[in-house]
Amino acid sequence: MAEVSETPLPGVGVRFEFDTAEGARVGVVAHRSGRRELVVYDRDDPDLSTAVLQLDNDDARTLAELLGASQVQEVYTSIQQQIEGLAIEWLTVGAGSSYLGRTIADGAFRTRTGASIVAVVRGDETIPAPTPEHAFQVGEVVVAVGTVSGLAQLAELLQG
Amino acid sequence: MSAPVLGVLAASGSDVPLSFVGLGLVLAVLAVLAAVADRLALSVIPLYLLAGLVVGEGGVVPLDIDTGLVETAAEIGVLLLLLTLGLEYTPRELATGMRTTAVPGLLDAVGGFVPGFGVGLLLGWEVEVALLLGGVCWISSSGVVSKVLADLNRMGNRETPSILNLLVFEDLAMAMYLPLVAAVLTGGRFSATVVSVAVALGAVGAIFLLSLRYGERFSRLLAPASDEVLVLATIGLTLLVGGLAHRLQVSAAIGAFLVGLALSDPVRARAAALVGPLRDLFAAAFFLFFAYRIDPATLPGVAGWAVVLVVLTSVTKFATAWLAAARDGVAVPGRVRAGTVLLARGEFSIVIAALGASRPDGAELGALAAAYVLMTAILGPLATRQAHQLSRWWLQRRPAPVAAPAG
Repeated sequence: MAEVSETPLPGVGVRFEFDTAEGARVGVVAHRSGRRELVVYDRDDPDLSTAVLQLDNDDARTLAELLGASQVQEVYTSIQQQIEGLAIEWLTVGAGSSYLGRTIADGAFRTRTGASIVAVVRGDETIPAPTPEHAFQVGEVVVAVGTVSGLAQLAELLQG
Repeated sequence: MSAPVLGVLAASGSDVPLSFVGLGLVLAVLAVLAAVADRLALSVIPLYLLAGLVVGEGGVVPLDIDTGLVETAAEIGVLLLLLTLGLEYTPRELATGMRTTAVPGLLDAVGGFVPGFGVGLLLGWEVEVALLLGGVCWISSSGVVSKVLADLNRMGNRETPSILNLLVFEDLAMAMYLPLVAAVLTGGRFSATVVSVAVALGAVGAIFLLSLRYGERFSRLLAPASDEVLVLATIGLTLLVGGLAHRLQVSAAIGAFLVGLALSDPVRARAAALVGPLRDLFAAAFFLFFAYRIDPATLPGVAGWAVVLVVLTSVTKFATAWLAAARDGVAVPGRVRAGTVLLARGEFSIVIAALGASRPDGAELGALAAAYVLMTAILGPLATRQAHQLSRWWLQRRPAPVAAPAG
């Protein structure tokens, strides 16, 4: 990742800057209100920002999505901040798992661990809120939410 | 405006609902002016001042408005202006700004204050009122500057942090200056003045430390409050602290500024959004009332001095901002942009000039300050637009860099 420099703007927010591989200097002004300005610096006058793009909260998120940044981590952090003690875990179903070919209902995971399976990722395909009839296959990634200890128990069951 | 309407207004007298008619008409005119200022991307302050001169004593269309009501609104306007200024900054930003900008900040103080103070003495005013003129010429307008930076899309520019830090320094210096002049204006013998200055600065320091220490706890207390509760609590606290500060002969405005500083993050943004529109209303009353009391006939007499001050302090302000930007590694075009954007004086110059209203030389100070702010608030933004064109031209006429011969 390129080196990002950070400049505080008193009363406004923070400005971030970096050089692209192609040599352009790009900046983002993060206003306290959540508004963002995307700027490119002039080649003749490196102190001057040109091509200013004004982005509100939604625009910034859409642009980040389009540019390929993963929002999962951010969402995860915000959920964690809202509900203290809640954790989220990604668990891979290995070749040695005793639940291969068996369903979520068979495992009765929520009853036993308190953790809920909220999604299953199979290759490029994501299955949000899988049904209890979902049968596990090798290499699937199970996304589960629960307490830290409940998730540890779930990992033991799924991977052991 | 037709004569019958004016007759109705003049007849209003102590009849409260009828005095609303006058106020309503004035506010409608101010609304039109604010829309015009928006369209032209100008600061609205000079337009409010002009409106006040037109409807004021000796103006073209003198209006008989309920001055008691407007005066109270104007005083609340000052408090809200300073409250929202305090809400803009965190105490940490102030500390950083103070440290990094000390040298240009002090030059700025000398370069702005000395010409104003000197002209005040040359005009034969009392020292106290000359001190106020120094302040008028010193403090740039945060409102005009941040509006110009946003309108011209300059927030991302490299010189912008230098500009914002200078503003922070000025605002913090004003927190020292206002109680100081308030104490000096209270007057009395030299020893009494020294004591009241010490009391004033002590009180400011104490409130500042209290707000640093307990501000966060207090803000957490307010965090779950509804908008209604928050706006009442914020304004109530501002009036309370401002009023108490005034009682202690410390400036009421600084009490309000410190309340703004004390409110910290979860609450600050909400409070700023809620108080903003109220600030606009009451500040409009303040600017209008300030100019309302100025007799336009006194303006020609001070216009020459106003021009002298505009020229002198524009040179010093330009030089300080140039230096501040240069220290931050900004090249010549950016330094020119920084130097010109800070020329505008506005709300704080008027706040300072209004402190002298009750002095014998106060009327002349008011007229001079109004003329000075009118000129700088209009010329500053225009100059900085031109600076941009000028720097483009300067860059284009420079020969392209020649590649060094290999070997």
